[in-house]
Amino acid sequence: MDQFILQILNGLDKGSAYALIALGLTLIFGTLGVVNFAHGALFMMGAFCAVTVSKLLTLSHKVVDETRTDFLGNPLQVDVPYLHDLFGPALGDRLIDWAVPISILFAIPVMIGIGFIMERGLIKHFYKRPHADQILVTFGLAIVLQEVIKYYYGANPIPTPAPEAFKGSFDFGVMIGFDANAIIYPYWRLVYFFFSLLVIGAVFAFLQFTTFGMVVRAGMADRETVGILGIDIDKRFTIMFGIAAAVAGLAGVMYVPINPPNYHMGMDFLVLSFVVVVVGGMGSLPGAVAAGFLLGILESFASTSWAVNLLPGINQVIIYLVAIIILLTRPRGLMGRKGVMEE
Amino acid sequence: MLGLEKKDFRLLLIVIGLTLFAPFILNPFPAGSELAQFNAGYPDLMQRFVIFGIFAIGFNILFGLTGYLSFGHAAFLGVGSYSAVWMFKLLSMNVLPAIILSVIISGLFALVIGFVSLRRSGIYFSILTLAFAQMSFALAYSVLTPITGGETGLQLALDDPRVLGAAQTASGNIPVPALFGLEMRSSYEMSVGAWTFTFNAGYYLAALIMVLSFYLAIRIFRSPFGMMLRAIKSNQTRMSYTGLNARPYTLAAFVISGMYAGLAGGLMASMDPLAGAERMQWTASGEVVLMTILGGAGTLIGPVLGAGMIKYFENIFSKINSQILHDWFGFLPDGLEDFVVTLIYPFVGKGWHLTLGIVFMLVVIFLPGGLVQGGQKIAAAFRRKKSEKASSGATKPAE
Repeated sequence: MDQFILQILNGLDKGSAYALIALGLTLIFGTLGVVNFAHGALFMMGAFCAVTVSKLLTLSHKVVDETRTDFLGNPLQVDVPYLHDLFGPALGDRLIDWAVPISILFAIPVMIGIGFIMERGLIKHFYKRPHADQILVTFGLAIVLQEVIKYYYGANPIPTPAPEAFKGSFDFGVMIGFDANAIIYPYWRLVYFFFSLLVIGAVFAFLQFTTFGMVVRAGMADRETVGILGIDIDKRFTIMFGIAAAVAGLAGVMYVPINPPNYHMGMDFLVLSFVVVVVGGMGSLPGAVAAGFLLGILESFASTSWAVNLLPGINQVIIYLVAIIILLTRPRGLMGRKGVMEE
Repeated sequence: MLGLEKKDFRLLLIVIGLTLFAPFILNPFPAGSELAQFNAGYPDLMQRFVIFGIFAIGFNILFGLTGYLSFGHAAFLGVGSYSAVWMFKLLSMNVLPAIILSVIISGLFALVIGFVSLRRSGIYFSILTLAFAQMSFALAYSVLTPITGGETGLQLALDDPRVLGAAQTASGNIPVPALFGLEMRSSYEMSVGAWTFTFNAGYYLAALIMVLSFYLAIRIFRSPFGMMLRAIKSNQTRMSYTGLNARPYTLAAFVISGMYAGLAGGLMASMDPLAGAERMQWTASGEVVLMTILGGAGTLIGPVLGAGMIKYFENIFSKINSQILHDWFGFLPDGLEDFVVTLIYPFVGKGWHLTLGIVFMLVVIFLPGGLVQGGQKIAAAFRRKKSEKASSGATKPAE
């Protein structure tokens, strides 16, 4: 039983990332009808927003420390972050420590901006083109974005730690009445899980309870009629694209402490996220979220030693296998709607 | 000629000429000169040009004709490589059985994957092929290590049980792949003045096979079967209303293009007898997509041009470093020189992928027919200008 809970917990953090990316993909697909292969690149850009913020916060200048000397006997030069000058050492250090959560504030406007530029500058011209063209042009865009990041940040992963308060792990088993050390779970992964729930909840609430969301949902159901009613649906869909980009970006920002970001992390996630979207059902938001968590948990179950002993290699292929089975038995995915992508 | 129309036959002749004289054409600069680094006429790269040409021709039969975008074609290339290396290990170092086996095995593999994937179309088909290819990659990398060599890749060893032919050469080395005694790596070098031209046996074998597969592709494009495939692309619903089942045609196209990929994989292993799982990764599948689109999907010569262009970029363009740039722009005033170099540097050398991505995007946006369409547009513009001139001369009012 404790193993069971442990595997579910292990699956949650990956599942959250899949769910967030798949949610954004489905938002874009459901509203604009565009298959966005650059979505993984948006996830990666979000992660590099966090890297940028942590670099900016630790920007420092050299100050001669008279009290200490280096090994040559000269006065020691110490790097002092500008934040110390601005806010004093205590607050400054705390800000640097909390770089990753702070980057959320930075990433939201940046990612929405990137989304706007992408949609207005490029995707807009591809609504009427075939899906293959959309895949190809966004695939090209993903390559370009990756290479730009690689040029500025290099090809190596950049470790960016979580705040001190969330480092390490805690014993989840004891809390729910198991033996000590049975279920050890890192704090940050739990944070990531709750954060993703928050973002997903916010997106759903936005769509469900605001007038804007209502119009967008109406547009997803029947774009033409909404247009005839005199609503500028294009403008709203552009905003939804920005929101989808921000969701992917936030997934990236918070993922940084779990896995140091490098320029091709987006591509690795993209392939899996597409599988997630297809399993959940193209165009179905709850389907994407459910499939994301489901596949994340399945993946972690498949990596347990008894599963690997039973079926060697199952941990590598489980997601693809599930996708193939689902696509062949339930062509619309778990919660797909009728009439979406069925040409 | 050869069952081809005049225009197609001319195209085939051009391709034959280009491949035959490639060692000259690709080496336009004297050895040792400053521009010698742009020479692409060395055996390794020339082999890659034609092998990836075959790969792209095959991919084009599927994507260009039927419009089914496969994102998992590299799996067939990888399977072809593995089977060829196994043939070297078990049977003989002759490349012929190895290539034949790789085509057969990858064809069977494509039959299985195609049978399942082709039940869906559009984006679902892309995702299914992607899933199958990633599965093959993951399995080849981990569980199938006894067959695939895992991370190190499949290599020849000194104790291979080669049924026909010795396990080792007289000097105790691993024998090299050969075609009835003609070693694939053997080359003949010809020096003309300052120029050096290399004629490589492996290259000419690969080039011969490429010309044959190009010929076959032309025949497929012009055949009733090819028309059926085009019909699937333009309107599958209407095709089924006329009582035709599209499935057998798409499956045949899928298997044929899988066999082309296997052929390319087998040739790759014949030139250099090792095979690795990274050949099956989805980025490798993405590369052949890039090649085909860049050159022009659905055109005959496009994929070959695209393959050549990408491989040229990858091997030649990527070698330009900032020192070379400084040499080139040395004639400019200092400040301007640095400015120009910093402006260009991100796009060359290690950043060649950036240039590739931008060029690819531009092609998809403005030239859906690829470089071939671009060439045709330019040619048409010239012709129009000429005819305008001629007509304006001819129809001058006689007032």
